[in-house]
Parts: sequence; structure tokens; C-alpha cells
Amino acid sequence: MKRIGIDVGGTNTDAVLIDGRKVIAGVKSATTEDVTGGVLNALRRLIEDIALDPQSIDVIMIGTTHFTNAVVEGKALDPVAALRIALPATACLPPMIDWPDDLRQTIGNHAYLAKGGYEFDGRKIAELDPAEIERIAQACKAKGLSNIAISSVFGPLNSEMEKEAEKIIRAILPEANITLSADIGRIGLLERENAGILNACLQSLSSRVIQAFDEALKEAGFVCPFHLTQNDGTLLSAAQARRYPVLTFASGPTNSMRGAAFLTGVKDAIVVDVGGTTTDIGALRKGFPRPASLSVEVGGVRTNFRMPDVFSIGLGGGSLVRETEGGGVTVGPQSVGFRLTTEALVFGGDTLTTSDIAVATGAANFGDHSKVKHLPKDLIAKVRARIGEMLFESVDRARLSSEPLPVIVVGGGSMLVPDTLGELNVVRPENYAVANAVGAAIAQVGGEVDRIESLGEQSRSDVMHKAKQEAIAKAIEEGADPESTEIVDMEDLPLAYLPGNATRIKVKAVGELMHA
Amino acid sequence: MREPGRHLHEHDLAALAIGAALLGTGGGGNPYIGSLRTRDQLRRHGPLRIIRLADLPDDALVASVGGIGAPVVGIEKFEQGEECLRALQALEAHMGVKVDALIAAEMGGANSMEPLLTAAQAGLPVVDGDGMGRAFPEVQMCTYFIYGHEATPAAMADEKGNIVLYTAMSDATTLERHARATCVVMGAAAGMANRPMSGRYVKEVAVPDTLTLALNIGRAVLAARRDRTDPVEAVLQTTPGKRIFNGKVVDVHRELKGGFAVGEARLTGSGPNDGDDALVNIQNENLLFQRNGNIEITVPDLIVIVEADTAEPITTEQLRYGQRVEVLALPCHPLLRTAAALEYIGPAAFGYPDVAFQPLEIPDMETP
Repeated sequence: MKRIGIDVGGTNTDAVLIDGRKVIAGVKSATTEDVTGGVLNALRRLIEDIALDPQSIDVIMIGTTHFTNAVVEGKALDPVAALRIALPATACLPPMIDWPDDLRQTIGNHAYLAKGGYEFDGRKIAELDPAEIERIAQACKAKGLSNIAISSVFGPLNSEMEKEAEKIIRAILPEANITLSADIGRIGLLERENAGILNACLQSLSSRVIQAFDEALKEAGFVCPFHLTQNDGTLLSAAQARRYPVLTFASGPTNSMRGAAFLTGVKDAIVVDVGGTTTDIGALRKGFPRPASLSVEVGGVRTNFRMPDVFSIGLGGGSLVRETEGGGVTVGPQSVGFRLTTEALVFGGDTLTTSDIAVATGAANFGDHSKVKHLPKDLIAKVRARIGEMLFESVDRARLSSEPLPVIVVGGGSMLVPDTLGELNVVRPENYAVANAVGAAIAQVGGEVDRIESLGEQSRSDVMHKAKQEAIAKAIEEGADPESTEIVDMEDLPLAYLPGNATRIKVKAVGELMHA
Repeated sequence: MREPGRHLHEHDLAALAIGAALLGTGGGGNPYIGSLRTRDQLRRHGPLRIIRLADLPDDALVASVGGIGAPVVGIEKFEQGEECLRALQALEAHMGVKVDALIAAEMGGANSMEPLLTAAQAGLPVVDGDGMGRAFPEVQMCTYFIYGHEATPAAMADEKGNIVLYTAMSDATTLERHARATCVVMGAAAGMANRPMSGRYVKEVAVPDTLTLALNIGRAVLAARRDRTDPVEAVLQTTPGKRIFNGKVVDVHRELKGGFAVGEARLTGSGPNDGDDALVNIQNENLLFQRNGNIEITVPDLIVIVEADTAEPITTEQLRYGQRVEVLALPCHPLLRTAAALEYIGPAAFGYPDVAFQPLEIPDMETP
């Protein structure tokens, strides 16, 4: 089976061709503003390098940190109206209460609370008041807000009020992009609502990006389907990804960690993935990213997705370097991103970036070296020290014991990492620069069961067992190797408002794609 | 006037959330929601005065307040925000008194914080102690009532403005039955205020210094994570107890029954417990710990499930398939081990009449 994995980062777009378990070729190209150009360049380069026939490819997997980066940097985000249907409950903690101030301001801090929501047993906390929702929709219209995130108390048990509010809003704002919390997350109002709001603020970006992928693949001559990788390491169809970009969060780290394990064969390590804008740090255990067990923050916002326990810092090859008044230096979190090749000093621009420092020290060899000759030695030393500090602190944070694990460094910005971090050895695998794309290409496939069962006549354990078997069968049907399938998520929510012990059963199985 | 005591600040909340969730043995409400609410109140009203039991005047009037409900509901339908305050005010108005300080009924999860944020709203100090040294699901399971405090009057309030006042109940268990039925009507989440106690009585029966204990446990865990030492060990350095199981959650069954979250979690062992299975029975809190079918630890001793790597306590509503966990057992306070106490909080009180309480012995445990 021939697969192409593509990783679209903030700075670089990488593509790899994998045949079975073998990496045939990998290429790197700059990400372009329109996304399409970068993907097209990478694919064309791949086609040229190995005389590839696009028609021979079975499937294309795309991993992108685009959406995560947008949130981390607070860039390209739409303003959002966050509507929670819950009053009088939950008034003490309004939507976005636990968000970082700057991100809340970036998307406009439009929080609305309305009467309604459900009790645990299906009764209504209060009736939904259509006039109240209309007033909120009118206020959104007046403010020019067309991206709306709706949540309601116990929405995953009964989404009626969320849907009703959507209908009322759509009558006033026909073009609105509306995200319902019930479609995205599990029980846990704050976290589910947060995920919904993040999804809503990414709508314009996701339309642009997914369309760009589509166009680029067609233009390069590919006819096979394409998928995006999502946060649990499995695949998402292009249509789903366009609607639910939030589900791609943290897929970048999952891909780079799985890619790093694949490329090195090392099972236990700290993986540091230095991109152009951010560096992701996480722990690899027995070949898999360590999952976060409780909640995961994305750009400082708490969510309850199943994600690897990875955190990002604003350090990458495109990070801005600034001197402070006190004689110190700051590195990041702002980055020139994909404009590195025009804005960095070595490329003739006038912005000092970490890449310029890397060239000045000889760690990297690209661009025009003469453009960084003037940089004072002590400035270079200070920046290197600062970068070393940032990385050491992060790696140390990702370690869970004092055991001296190796640090696998991957990603296009790897040259920023010194050869040792404290007492830890740094490993740089072959194809290190395209580890993310490798990870995307070897993404797992999943099978999911989500339905309501009556536990009246059948025992819970029978029902769960059947659901598990079914989820595994679905994963195998999607192409998973039966040997590798495992249940990764299992949940049952008793729906007390329905008769006959009705219970919502959710089970997810994943497995490695068969290497036929 | 110089008032005795010290203050609780916003920067204490991270440690308190961990320590209180750990003492909550799975229950007591979601600590994250509780600490966000407390943070908000501390920002509005400033640091909160904490009084040690010893400094409490004999004639002070001290009321316990707390949330009543199912923890699984608490993360979905969290409070309007002034439920306990409204219950307290209704009680004060009914009795024609003003209370001087608040105390927790249980030092577990959000319910350790409910008195803090209610005190901030009411402008009152909080006493360093509680009636359980942990969390329990029912009102009468608290040393205040076990050792004879009268159950009524008591008041309950929901988020909708409904207030129920209990003027006469034969005992605390009867109050619990009525309160629980009301709580279900109120959507399995409400605030409750109990009949105020004298300072003298509180000094006799409250489990002392548990707010400080929760803070110390939380600080030890945070320090261990920072220093890359074993955070589970740090807990056991701070309070007596032992590790009893290491493994993975393979099934969680949880339902809402009569206003409680009732169910069980199945674990399969790894590392030192490879080949073993464990079962934890739950009614809001973790009640029994069974290894390979044998009951090893029971209420009132504390059964605590923490994330294996970080010692982050995992509460009932957060238990999820696939979590890597460590189970700890901590001995309860001697006030909970008397014959009088075991009648209310021994295994039989939770529907296990054939299970005897075998007190967890910790060799070098100090007797307070």
C-alpha cells in the first residue's frame, strides 16, 4: 500500500511517501500563505524526485498544526459569540472564565447566558425562551458576529435545546457558522463548551485550509481520497475536518511522536519537535505518546479530548529575537512563520529570527551568511543560552522521573537544539525533518460505536462486550490490522429520562493500518 | 483589634484543589470548578481569614455549609453561585441569629471550598477543620451529628431560588433522607446549611487542621512534580498511608441513583501488581477496595485513586477507561473509628452488613 503523508506546519510543508513500512522519499517545502502553493510544491517535488505516478497512491493523510498554531498565536481567529443555555444554573462561571485574557479578547469576549438546559434526568432546568435567543441573535447580528458556539447543560444527553437555539439563530443569521457542544465533546460543561468555542473561532480558517488541500491535491494529479489526522492519532474525513477543525488539535504532536518512534525504533524517550513557530514536547512510552489522563490545555484553554500529554512553547526556527531594555533577550512567541524565507535576515529581510542566530553560529547552513556577520557575539551567546534554557525547562517538565531518557529531536527547527540538554543525550534520526509527515502517513484507523441501548433485557456487560467487538470490527473494516486493534475509549451514560434503562454507549477502537 | 488566624490566598488554591480532591476519596465535588469559584470570590473580597480550632471562642456560633448532590452532575450543571449563602441566610433568619464562622462538613473536593467561598460572600472567617477528615455521601456521616448535634433546623437552596427549611426532623439520618429526596427534585445539586454549633462543641468533635492538611498534601505533590521526585511518595510523607495497587482502569460503571453517583471501577494490575485485578465500589466516594475478589480496605478508611505519574487525584466523575492509576489507602481519623462513629460510617451503613471494618494499620502512625 502506497501512502503519502503530508504535514502542513506554520513554516514548512513536508511530504513523505511510504510503501508498506518503508520511507521511500521525503521532501520539505515552505508553507505558503494560501496553503495550496506549499502543498503543491511539496507534492511536485516528491513526484519529480522519484518519478512518482500520482495515480499509484492509495491514500493521502494530512496532519496540520495550522489550527493549533492559530489558537496558540491568537491569529486568523474569527470573533465568536459563546451562548450557554443554562440559566439560572452555572451563572457563577460564565463562558471563557478560565481562558487566558489575551485569547478571550482576541475572539471578542462575547459571552451570553440564556435560560434553559436539562437536569440529569431529562427535566428542563428552565424552558428555552425563544425571544431571549432571538435577542441574542440580534445582538450578534448588530456586532457582526456570525460564528456561534452553543452549549447547554447536559447537551450530550439531550441536544434538543442546542438544536432549537441553532434554528432560531439561523432564522436571523442564515449564514452563521454554528457549533453545537453536543456534537463535539463529552460530559463536563466547561471543557466541552471551550472546545465548541475554539471550533467556532476556526471556521473561516478551516474552510480556507481544507479547500486549499483539495485544490492542491487535484492540481498535482492525485485522485485518491485524503484524510486529516485527529488528536487521538486516527483519521478524520476532509468534510468532518472542515466542520470540526478543533478535532485536529494536537494531531501534530501525535504525528511527530509516532513518527519519531517509527524512525528511531526507540520506545521510551522525550520527543522535542521544533517547528517554525512552536516546539512541542512530550513523552513517548512503549512507542506511544503518553496520553493526558484528565484534561488538556490548548493555548491555555482547558478541554477534555483524549490527547497526548504534550505541551507547546513559542519557540521555533521563525521565532522573533528581541533585545530588551535591560540588556536581556526574548525569543518568541511571535514568529515570522512561513514568511521566514523573505523576512529573516539571512534571506534578505530585516527581522532577526532564531534561524539567523543558528546560521551565525554555524549550526545551520542556509541563506546569505554575510547578512548575520554584524551580529554581536554576546547577543548570539545570550540568545543561545535563552534557547537552551527554554528547551531544558520544557524537557525537564515532560520527564516524570529522574530516569535519564534520551531526547529525540525532530522537526525543521532541530538545529536550534544543542547536542545535550542537561545530562540528557540528544538523538537526531534520519529523516528527522519530516517526522511529522511520517507520523501522519502511519496514522491509525479507528472504529466507533455511539448509540443508545436499552439495558432492560440485556446485561450491561453483554452490551458493552458487543459494542467493543463491533468497534473493533469497524476498525478492521477501515483497514486496521486485527493484531493491533485495541479499545481506547469506552463510556456509558445512563439516560434517565428515557424508559427501559436507556444508556448511551460510546466505544472507540483503533489499530495500525494494514501494511498490505 | 488583632484577630487570631491566618489567611487563605488565591495562590493557595492550586495546592488546596489537589489536597482536597485527594482527601475527598473520589467525591466531594469537582475541585477545578470549586477552585475557579473560590478564586473569583477571593478576587472580589480579598484573602480569607482561617481560624485554628484552638483559637475558636467557646461561645462562637459555627455553621457547616456544603454542596449536596452527585459529583457527576457537578461538572455539568454547576452552581448559580449563591446556593449555600441563600441556605445560610434562610437559616439565620429563621433562627434569629448571626453565625460567627463557617466550617466544612467534609474536606473533600469542591466541598472543602464551598465554606470558603460562602464565607467570602458572607464576610465571615472559616475554621480549620471539618466533620470527616475526608468526604462521605450523607449528612449524618459527620462527627458533628455522630456525636450528638441536633439535626434541625437546616436549610437547602437550589439555583432557581427555591429554598427548603427543615424545622423538625427526628435525627440527622432522617434529615438526610428528606434532603436527598429534595436534592433529586432540585436536580441532584443544591447548597445546604446546618444548624449552628457552639465553638466549644466544635473544638470537641471536629477533625482538626484538615484545611492545613489538604494544603500541605497539595504543596507536597506540587513540589514533588517540580523536583521530579515521586509525588505519590510525597503524599505518604505528608500523611500516613500506603500504596495498595498500581494499574489501569478497564471499566467504569456509574449511574445516578437516588441523588448519588453509584457504581464501580475495575482495574487491572501492572508493575508490582501484574496479574491482579481490583474493584473499587463507589457511592459518590470510593467505599470498598477489593483485590482479586477479596475486600482489603473499607470505609471509613480512605481509598484514593490518583493518576500514577502525577498523583493527581481522580474523582468519581473523572474516572475513565484507560487511565493509569495508583490506589492509596489512608487511615481515617480516630474520631471516625469509635463504635459510635462506625454505626454511621462503617461498611454496614453503606449496605455491606457482612463486611467488617478492618482498620488500616500504619506501623509508625502517630496517634493524635
